[in-house]
Amino acid sequence: MSGPAAVPAEQVQEVRDRAATVRRETIRLIEIAGNGHYSSVFSCAELMAALYSGVMRIAEDPEWPERDRLILSKGHVAIGLYPLLAERGYFPADWLDGYTRLGSPLGDHPDMRRIPGVDFSSGSLGHGLSIGVGMAKAARLRGYDETRIWVMLGDQELNEGQVWEAAGSASHFGLGNLVAIVDANQMGLDGMTEETMSVEPIGGRFEAFGWEVVEIDGHDPEAILAAAAALPPAAADKPRCIVARTVKGKGVSYMELSRTWHIGYLAPDDAAAALAEIDQRG
Amino acid sequence: MAELERVDVAPEPSGKSWDLGGMAQMSQSFVAGQVLAAMADEDPDIVVITADMKFSNLTVDFERVHPDRFVNVGIAEQHMVSMAAGMASVGLKPYIGAFAPFVGLLGGEQIRTDLAYPGLPVRILAHHAGIAIGFYGTSHHATEDLGLMRSIANMTVVCPCDATATEAALRQTADLPGPVYFRLGRGRDVDVYDALPEGTWRLGEAAVLREGTDLTIVANGITVSAALEAAAALVVDGVECSVIDAHTVRPFDRATIAEYAGRSGRLLVAEEHNVVGGVASACAEALVEHGQAGVKMERIGMPPDEYSLIGPPTHLYRHYGMDAAGIETKARELLAA
Repeated sequence: MSGPAAVPAEQVQEVRDRAATVRRETIRLIEIAGNGHYSSVFSCAELMAALYSGVMRIAEDPEWPERDRLILSKGHVAIGLYPLLAERGYFPADWLDGYTRLGSPLGDHPDMRRIPGVDFSSGSLGHGLSIGVGMAKAARLRGYDETRIWVMLGDQELNEGQVWEAAGSASHFGLGNLVAIVDANQMGLDGMTEETMSVEPIGGRFEAFGWEVVEIDGHDPEAILAAAAALPPAAADKPRCIVARTVKGKGVSYMELSRTWHIGYLAPDDAAAALAEIDQRG
Repeated sequence: MAELERVDVAPEPSGKSWDLGGMAQMSQSFVAGQVLAAMADEDPDIVVITADMKFSNLTVDFERVHPDRFVNVGIAEQHMVSMAAGMASVGLKPYIGAFAPFVGLLGGEQIRTDLAYPGLPVRILAHHAGIAIGFYGTSHHATEDLGLMRSIANMTVVCPCDATATEAALRQTADLPGPVYFRLGRGRDVDVYDALPEGTWRLGEAAVLREGTDLTIVANGITVSAALEAAAALVVDGVECSVIDAHTVRPFDRATIAEYAGRSGRLLVAEEHNVVGGVASACAEALVEHGQAGVKMERIGMPPDEYSLIGPPTHLYRHYGMDAAGIETKARELLAA
């Protein structure tokens, strides 16, 4: 057994920088909107940043048929995705400045028909893994042998029964081109996931449904990149689940594992202080 | 011990018994599997998905020809809808088949959110709609699906009443960019359109199958042949009815309905659906929108606050007045009013 694949230091730094951008832009855009999801984005900032730092196989053309696809099954973190798509040039950066304003393409949940680079509209929890199974199956039928489908789920979302309909069919169909990332940030809307309705053992549940499972620290860029590099080829026959252990609200101390910051608004002074903490923690 | 080991083996069933294979032979109007198999010869993007129901809807006919483009998801209708959405987003054209209550009602939110909102070309074969499955009961009935589907933006809703109409509907909707809900019966429907000139069934146009100025009967699905039969009985007494098949429920051909109803002054709507939310509601909207609110209107369908009795389908149709005799009786009442 070889050790984890070596990850280039520059790529690790890229992920750190992009994760900081995701957090900073989330704070800035929520200031425009007047309210929004901070902490759900902060838990998967490194995960989203890594996907757009060389992990996903994407091109200049957001419609490239053989591209990798990302489904934000936890669609309420779209605000963290938008800056990454703008950075790639998929849409003008000034769209961000009008976030949620009347007629804006950018809302709290992503819309594939309005936003170049969004692979599927989401927001209704529990659907994303099924969408991913469909895309992975279609990629196989199309002969897109290197295409992977990435689905980002929340941990409390795993209460949705449809997730398990999808999980069972993914292994039945032998979809090794499907990767589920569970942002296990330990919390749902009402409090701690395990208190509200337990989902553990997350890895054990996916294994029982025929998936290969790897558990990582979801805030460690090196671990994320190593897990991605260690994926078997897309032509493999077992879907893979990355259980990313994370902290809801990570990056702004009073939001971390807070029961009240799922949705909120930071007044300008508090936003500035939060940005300062993010900058300091890098 | 010896006695316990003795097993009496039943002889092979006689010709009067039937199993799923025999049922398939009775489902002569379930032609979607065959039609799609032919369409798929020309269109490599067509795939067919079902939820452990390939013998009930005869999508097995597609599987036999194109096994590589046939997917069975097991008993997971909500997953089937979302999965089809994912496939469509990659460029395929999935046709998904399941009992109407399970795909149309259970999968209703997935249809709205994953198919209609993004406007994806997934086609839903919702069969055994209405009370067509009879004594299997309310869990297996769908008398609310038109109400739901009719209020979903981007959705096309069609109710082909027979095999000929089913083929026409499948072919004429093949290139629509958004989702289509095909509301189908139980596959034993009397063929109405094979005796009519080719092209009589046109997507989006209410089909006027009989002209008459005393009364307008709007039917849909199972009630189309019943309405024609009723009109034939009424003409004996000198009553001339128009019979219109309102097969395309969304978009609804309001102008034709309002024109005929306005001319006759009386409108009878017969449908295998709750009288709320379906074709009758669409007709009422059409009358008001076209300044014909004065038309006398009656509805045949499931009463607003009832779930169906248990009974064989034909008996239920008779009980709820959805058969020819029921339509004729209601028509006479309306004419006398």
